[in-house]
Amino acid sequence: MSASAGSVDRGRPTLRWDAVGIARRNLWTSGLVGLLVIFLALTKFIQPTYGAAGIQGLAISLLPIALAAVAQAIVVISGGIDLSVGSMMALTSVTSAVLMKGQSDAVAVVIVIAILGMGLLLGTINGGLIVATRVPDIIVTLAMLFVWAGFALLVLHTPGGGAAPWLMESIRGPLVSEWLPRAVVVLAVVVGVVWVPLQRSTVGLSLYALGSNRLAAFRSGVPVGRTKILSYALAGLFSALGGLALTASTGIGSPVPGSYTLESVAAIVLGGVSLAGGRGGVVGPIIAVVVLALIRTDLTFLGVNPNWSEVIQGAILIGVVMFGSLLAMRKVRA
Amino acid sequence: MTGEARTDAPRTGAPRPPALTIEAWRRLLRDRPLIPLVALLVGLVAVLEAVRPGIVTAEWVGVTVRAAVPLAILAGCQTLAMLTGGIDLSIGSVASMAAFVMATLVNGQGPIVAIVIAFAAATLVGAVTGIGIGVFKVHPLIMTLGMSFIVLGLVAVYQLAMVLSGVVIPAPILWLGGGTTIDFLPNSLVLFIPLSLLIVVGLRRSGYGRLLFAVGDNVVAARLAGVRVWQVLVVLYTISAVLAAIAGLLVAGLNNTASPLLADQLVLPSVAAAVIGGTSILGGRGGFTGTIVGALILTLLTTLLTVLEMPEAVRQILFGAIIVVVAAAYTRVTGEA
Repeated sequence: MSASAGSVDRGRPTLRWDAVGIARRNLWTSGLVGLLVIFLALTKFIQPTYGAAGIQGLAISLLPIALAAVAQAIVVISGGIDLSVGSMMALTSVTSAVLMKGQSDAVAVVIVIAILGMGLLLGTINGGLIVATRVPDIIVTLAMLFVWAGFALLVLHTPGGGAAPWLMESIRGPLVSEWLPRAVVVLAVVVGVVWVPLQRSTVGLSLYALGSNRLAAFRSGVPVGRTKILSYALAGLFSALGGLALTASTGIGSPVPGSYTLESVAAIVLGGVSLAGGRGGVVGPIIAVVVLALIRTDLTFLGVNPNWSEVIQGAILIGVVMFGSLLAMRKVRA
Repeated sequence: MTGEARTDAPRTGAPRPPALTIEAWRRLLRDRPLIPLVALLVGLVAVLEAVRPGIVTAEWVGVTVRAAVPLAILAGCQTLAMLTGGIDLSIGSVASMAAFVMATLVNGQGPIVAIVIAFAAATLVGAVTGIGIGVFKVHPLIMTLGMSFIVLGLVAVYQLAMVLSGVVIPAPILWLGGGTTIDFLPNSLVLFIPLSLLIVVGLRRSGYGRLLFAVGDNVVAARLAGVRVWQVLVVLYTISAVLAAIAGLLVAGLNNTASPLLADQLVLPSVAAAVIGGTSILGGRGGFTGTIVGALILTLLTTLLTVLEMPEAVRQILFGAIIVVVAAAYTRVTGEA
């Protein structure tokens, strides 16, 4: 599959529901699974003691960025981009940490649900502003990056707060087998409950249609404005889940957004989502997050200066996209 | 993009006396976006003077301009890239790299060699970025994001190798970035005025400037008209990296320090300054004069909120709100994004 975002001008329809299209999408994902297996094997080879414990630690530390990648993937599939994902995660994380500190378990459940509602609200505001002002997505979400980060600082000036013990336990440790970390189960459940049914419904088709060709979607009767707002609301929801995962993994809330926004963009591109919209899924980006993290782990085990991993991450990002557009160029010539 | 004239600067020639209708106002804002921008700037100064009487002095203007110059240059990189429909997220890391490489080499190699090496490194990064975007058709957002990872990582590796050499900002850079003449005229204007004239005139009068607009307006039409789009893009991102290096050295001179993350927090404000200045992120509309005013507005806004003793949180919220409001106003008035 071609991840070439530079080929927008060719104006080919990008959404394929035929067998070839499905095979192609899965080809990219299966390639990523292959990479994942190779890097897991490599990690075990370099560091023979790397086992279940290492995988559990990896899963906990990657849960927030994986959820951020899902959020970004949904927006980009629908033809937008959300630069405020990291700020929304920071805002929801500090809010949950402040509210939860010293509360009983039952109250904490209510708080978690309220935080998810808050994520939906933040995303709806993002999407609503884009639709109402008709300003390009990237500008509005760039501005909202500042706004949400500012609110996060208002809620909590320095890292603090607390997390309910059950929330922290929910992503720690294994489930059933020691090789199945709870964080992975949580991720699978969340994506399975929220995104999979949606993707298979008419609404999901509308999201893909909007991303492939806005005008065609409009003429086919897709409510373009509402669909766009929905895509941002879903991104807000997954950002809130990412924020909760941050609180759960650290036990506190921090008002400073990490580099989650840019890393989520990198992950979705590697995960086979086209920046031009309309193509890709959420499984590829999640696997891409893990592969990128494994590369970093391997380099650390090899005793390589960890800064090289940043260089390699950038080179892989560019290399994969170049590879994709070279494939697309050859296909056009043929 | 409609066929109206470029609106990046006030044009010479007598303006028609506008009739006092909504349509006339709309046309005024569309054809001369600089007028409302300057009005906003003057308004901010007036508010500042009203809040803290006596704050607006020649020295204060000098300090504000000196702080705005590096941001304006970085926003210039962004303006050029956005005119072609692209964006350059690598300018922060390139600017920091140039400053850091220069500062670590001064002790061993002398200031001139250090500055030359810093610019050579920036040019190389810019050319690679341009080749990725122009030849391999990588999306500018991804290419510049990837390059910023690569540059940041390489500089961090380099930092460990050069840990003993120490960071020294040579005197000429200190003079240029942080010094003032007759108490209030920032020395950076010596560099900035010719540079901005070059960019403004170059965009409006040179063939290359028109090519940037053409590529941003309609890349297919430009290609069919015989424009070698890839060459335009390679040159564009190289220029952008060199401008970023200049801004990086100025920031180093202003703060009398250099680090691998020196200019990192200026990247998003540089996009904001270009947007406030009236450059469209979709390409084909905008110019550098608006961007300069945009950078001044952002710097003034920061000062105003500091003077009002607003907490950092409120500052960020208002910062974001203003970007949305100004961008929405442009969209409403011009009827396009």
